[in-house]
Amino acid sequence: MLLTLSLQSDPENNIKATDLSYLLHKNPDRIHSFSLSHSTAHVFYPQYDEDQCQVALLLEVDAIGLVRTFRGPMSSKQLTHYLNDRPYTANSFMSVALARAFRSAMGGRSKEREALVDCKLPLTVHIPVLPCRGGQPVLEKLFSPLGYEISADPIALDNQFSEWGHSHYYQVTLKNNCRLVDLLSHLYVLMPVLDNDKHYWVSADEIEKLLLRGGDWLAQHPAKEFISLRYLKHKKHYAQIALAALAPEQIDAEEKADQAEAELEKPLTLNQQRQQKVIDTLLAHQVQSILDLGCGEGKLMKLLASHAQFKSIVGVDVSSQALDRASSRLRLEHWSERQQHRIQLWHGSAFYSDSRWTSFEAICCIEMIEHMDEDRLEAFIENVFNIAQPKLIIITTPNQEYNVVFGLSENQRRHSDHRFEWTRTEFTTWCQCIVDNYDYQVTLEGIGTNDKNYGHPTQMAVFTRST
Amino acid sequence: MTEKEIQIPEVALILLVGTSGAGKSTFARKHFLSTEILSSDVCRGLVSDDENAQDASADAFDVLHLIAEHRLRRGLLTVVDATNVQESARRSLLRVARKQHCLAQAIVLDIAESTCLERNKTRPDRDFGPHVIRNQARQLKRSMRQLKREGFSQVHILKSEEEINQVSFKRIPLWTNKRNETGPFDIIGDIHGCFDELVTLLTKLGYHVDQNTADSAYPYSITPPAQRKAIFVGDLVDRGPKNPEVLRLVMSMIHQGHALCVSGNHDDKLKRKLEGRQVKVNHGLEQTLAQLESEPEAFIQQVSSFLDGLISHYVLDNGRLVTAHAGMKEHYQGRASGTVRAFALYGETTGETDEYGLPVRYEWANDYRGKALVVYGHTPTIEPEFFNNTICIDTGCVFGGKLTALRYPERELVSVPASQVYYEPSRPLFEEQDTRSLQHRHDDVLNISDVQGKRFITTPLRNKICIEEQYAAAALETLSRFTVNPKWINYLPPTMSPAHASEEADLLEDPQQALDYFQQMEVETVICQEKHMGSRAIVQICKTPDVSRRVFGIQSEAIGCCYTRTGRRFFNDDTLEQAFLLEVQQAVTKAGLWDTLKTDWLTLDCELMPWSFKASELIRQQYAAVGCAGNNVLPVAYQLLEQAALRGVDLNGLNQRIATHHQHISGFRQAYQQYCWSVTEVNQLKLAPFHIMASEGAMHTDKNHQWHMAHISDLAKASKGLIQATDYRIIHPVEEHECQEVTQWWQSLLEKGSEGIVIKPMDFVCHTNVGLAQPALKVRGKEYLRLIYGPNYDAPENLVRLKKRGLGKKRRLAIKEFSLGLAALQRFVGQEPLRRVHECILGVIALSAEPVDPRL
Repeated sequence: MLLTLSLQSDPENNIKATDLSYLLHKNPDRIHSFSLSHSTAHVFYPQYDEDQCQVALLLEVDAIGLVRTFRGPMSSKQLTHYLNDRPYTANSFMSVALARAFRSAMGGRSKEREALVDCKLPLTVHIPVLPCRGGQPVLEKLFSPLGYEISADPIALDNQFSEWGHSHYYQVTLKNNCRLVDLLSHLYVLMPVLDNDKHYWVSADEIEKLLLRGGDWLAQHPAKEFISLRYLKHKKHYAQIALAALAPEQIDAEEKADQAEAELEKPLTLNQQRQQKVIDTLLAHQVQSILDLGCGEGKLMKLLASHAQFKSIVGVDVSSQALDRASSRLRLEHWSERQQHRIQLWHGSAFYSDSRWTSFEAICCIEMIEHMDEDRLEAFIENVFNIAQPKLIIITTPNQEYNVVFGLSENQRRHSDHRFEWTRTEFTTWCQCIVDNYDYQVTLEGIGTNDKNYGHPTQMAVFTRST
Repeated sequence: MTEKEIQIPEVALILLVGTSGAGKSTFARKHFLSTEILSSDVCRGLVSDDENAQDASADAFDVLHLIAEHRLRRGLLTVVDATNVQESARRSLLRVARKQHCLAQAIVLDIAESTCLERNKTRPDRDFGPHVIRNQARQLKRSMRQLKREGFSQVHILKSEEEINQVSFKRIPLWTNKRNETGPFDIIGDIHGCFDELVTLLTKLGYHVDQNTADSAYPYSITPPAQRKAIFVGDLVDRGPKNPEVLRLVMSMIHQGHALCVSGNHDDKLKRKLEGRQVKVNHGLEQTLAQLESEPEAFIQQVSSFLDGLISHYVLDNGRLVTAHAGMKEHYQGRASGTVRAFALYGETTGETDEYGLPVRYEWANDYRGKALVVYGHTPTIEPEFFNNTICIDTGCVFGGKLTALRYPERELVSVPASQVYYEPSRPLFEEQDTRSLQHRHDDVLNISDVQGKRFITTPLRNKICIEEQYAAAALETLSRFTVNPKWINYLPPTMSPAHASEEADLLEDPQQALDYFQQMEVETVICQEKHMGSRAIVQICKTPDVSRRVFGIQSEAIGCCYTRTGRRFFNDDTLEQAFLLEVQQAVTKAGLWDTLKTDWLTLDCELMPWSFKASELIRQQYAAVGCAGNNVLPVAYQLLEQAALRGVDLNGLNQRIATHHQHISGFRQAYQQYCWSVTEVNQLKLAPFHIMASEGAMHTDKNHQWHMAHISDLAKASKGLIQATDYRIIHPVEEHECQEVTQWWQSLLEKGSEGIVIKPMDFVCHTNVGLAQPALKVRGKEYLRLIYGPNYDAPENLVRLKKRGLGKKRRLAIKEFSLGLAALQRFVGQEPLRRVHECILGVIALSAEPVDPRL
């Protein structure tokens, strides 16, 4: 909502504070108002003298108009709720206002001080409420490489409720000795990046805007991937195009993205090991039809599909969104009719019996049981072991003891949706209880690197139906 | 001229048989509805645009068979108008009939070949040569000899045009159809020759059983209680001590019109033995035969023809009741076929045998979804239990158990113990370890087909509420991942609409608009209740953990459950939840509500405070965040504007706007702050119940709100501080001064920091001449509304826009959710299977997943 920009006179270096008004091309004696979409921007000078010039950009955002005319996807919580922080913080509205109010300055033009345009000036920016997703480290990561001196104070959520802690807003002062045009383009790009949100739909033209405002400095910025990704609202393919355009000679975007992915997946090697182990077990038991219960985005299914032994692979998940993602990951609609018959996705839930499940030789529940409330596991067991009763059931779940090795504390779980994580004894007891009540035998194994004190990171139970 | 009448079953497949030109189509049109006739010519036309395209015959018959199959499945008479002169054509149609368990009849139009040839000549579309008809005639002649052996229940041959013209049809109900008999009935389980117990049971049921020596064929004279009739579910004979006497008594009762009887497998086997067929004499048949030896031949004859006349099952009371010996699947009910009869006698087996060498029964009732209550026997159980709208009333009298009757429609069980063990069972009666009912045990796992896809739910208040597929899918995810065990959820509250926008310039809502609504709806009396600002909570509370197991079918030691308006668990902390439930339980005990309501459980609809207890994440991330952002930027902005003003810059009132905005943000912060406090123990919570939704055998939506408020006030007095009563006023919307008083009262509540009020019709469910009134409308306070519409909502330029709001969708949704919530509760109280309750609950969650535009 508010941003101020100040310049102090420095006679030694021949810097006059009042030059700022010429550079910005705004008369200091009146208020300048600009009507923008769902907001009005005002430029005025709280201070204007020989010594100091301070200009303020104040934005009045029409929160109600914003909600009432919003036509985008309803998922965007910020914009579909009357109550939001847009009117009070410095965000993408502010970037739009900067570009409008200081159009000529941002374009590197000045009618009356042409010579000053390319001069470095000791500028100070003050933003009373700046949202910083990721906190001060992100602020520093973005502005330090550009030469800014940063001072930032976190804002408490509510002094009456000190236990609530800090908000993600900071009161921020940024100082830099740089050209005005650079400072404005830094702010233009980096405010929405800090906020990690945009008030409008991000389309391909956003790549143009990013290149226009960041062309000069972004290519050298060490956090350029991070900036592009956030600026383009995490649309990876847009970010790749932007990065390639920024520095075509040094980056092959595709290659870079692969590296990023490999980096990301380093900790996932456990997942790969787990998948391999499950596939080996399924192959060894010579099953032909597999139900992947809790298939999620279909990563295991994709691997299973490459084994001709598996004649029928069906993924079941309770989340329709997960199934949609699985469908595009598996590229189901591009496959032949025969393959579409072989690989299918069904909506379903572990607590609801489904007569179609009885025709499978194996049911896999990979890292799935820990996502169910413990007091509802009985229903899941009854459903899988008594109603569906396939030849083979594979269940994997984290070994809680191993969490220490990952550096997690006693009460921490590996995933926020895990309702429980069991020790080896707890899992063994649970499996034994199943074997006591249903016609199955069980063997237990570990997956991943064995620790002599804590065992394997993942535990696997393989149940086979007694004949 | 004598008319020939052909009797046809009301549900059957009728094949017309005759050569081309025999007049089948004309005949069919004369006697049957056009929709009842499936013509092969028409089907040929449908698939090929040419009724005579012989190359389309295979496809045409595919279509014809499919339609026939669907019609028969739906219980509709179907007439096939095709030549049907080939055995293979008839065979495939007979297969269709058999698959749908329907009888098939053939009607042959045996017309002279020359007549047919003559007729075809006059029809330009039939340009095939005479050899075609000659061929068909030859095939027909050949068919006539074997027709009766092919599997038709009747074959009628009409030999001349005269006969064809004179024939008429009479449709007769199937033998199983006793829909007109509406009872009341006393349905009696497997007797197996236990005559003494039978007489005792009949006496207990109010029947007078006297000897009648005058009639040697029917030597018992029975006087039933008023209007009642007995129904025997079969297995009258074998194993027990007095088989002939049981037969005499039952035959007497049926003869006198006081009883019906279906055949059991033992009765059927005895019949076959008496007919002289080869059967293994075992499983107690030996006793019956020994006892019959001393009986006169006439009696044996009488028994034989009696047993021969027994029907497989009956559909009674307009389709609401079915009786059969071993059970009856929904799509077999009212049908006649060998399969149906076999199922009625023996049930289904899985093909496996158990450790006693007996066939393992397939539990057909697990999958039963029918509307008719199925009462059956065959499988001895210790205690009969209603399960998926079926009940097995064989309580193994002959094995030393008891003889049981079900009184219908009362659904009461009456039984008498066996005076001794007459026969050792080959397998001991199974006693279940789990103390919960069969239904509760079965309901541990629900079935996906009961919740998936687009659904229409019929409720007492609203017919056929539509649940769209994608929202049902979203609700399924919610119920699988986020809610408490669905067994706890017997009710979810509806969404609540606000009143129409206020006519006062500076207000968005005020009570008058809500009162006007109720006046327009012709609601005479309304109750206005203080609206508490917390989170909606449904509290299930039981007297003991045993009650939770019995009523809710939960396998745990819990004495209750507290969940949110979307079915999520309210408490994250087990210890606190336990303490909370104990406090509620103690208050109910102390208030004497268990006795007053004759119950040991209650469902309470409440508001639980503070708001921050459940919503703390939301408050921090949304409310406090907006509050601190505004509070940190607005004073700075104001300060800078003041500086500019001092420099003489004309601000066009911007500084005043910012100052007002700052006041609004302060009001906003105060508004949420007063609903937040930290909770570490139960006495920091406040529970304000406003409805006692249900208790044992009763839902209390038939009582008015004053009744609810009175009982809740008792509960509050008995509580140690957790439960609080709600302030209320009862007024008449037509009385202007009463309305004004309510507005004043509303204002005084707002001054004390209240959220506002809720106005409800005095009756819980309020139908008027105008329609079904909204169950409640909310009227919120000026300051509170900052939390909903933003801190600055009441700036004039904002208020004028916010006042334009369409409430139609919200109100329609409220009525739908209200109807579904009450339907769920009614089904729960009626002890229906969980899937029936769950269907409505899923409906409410699905409806609330439908996006209601926040731009109201």
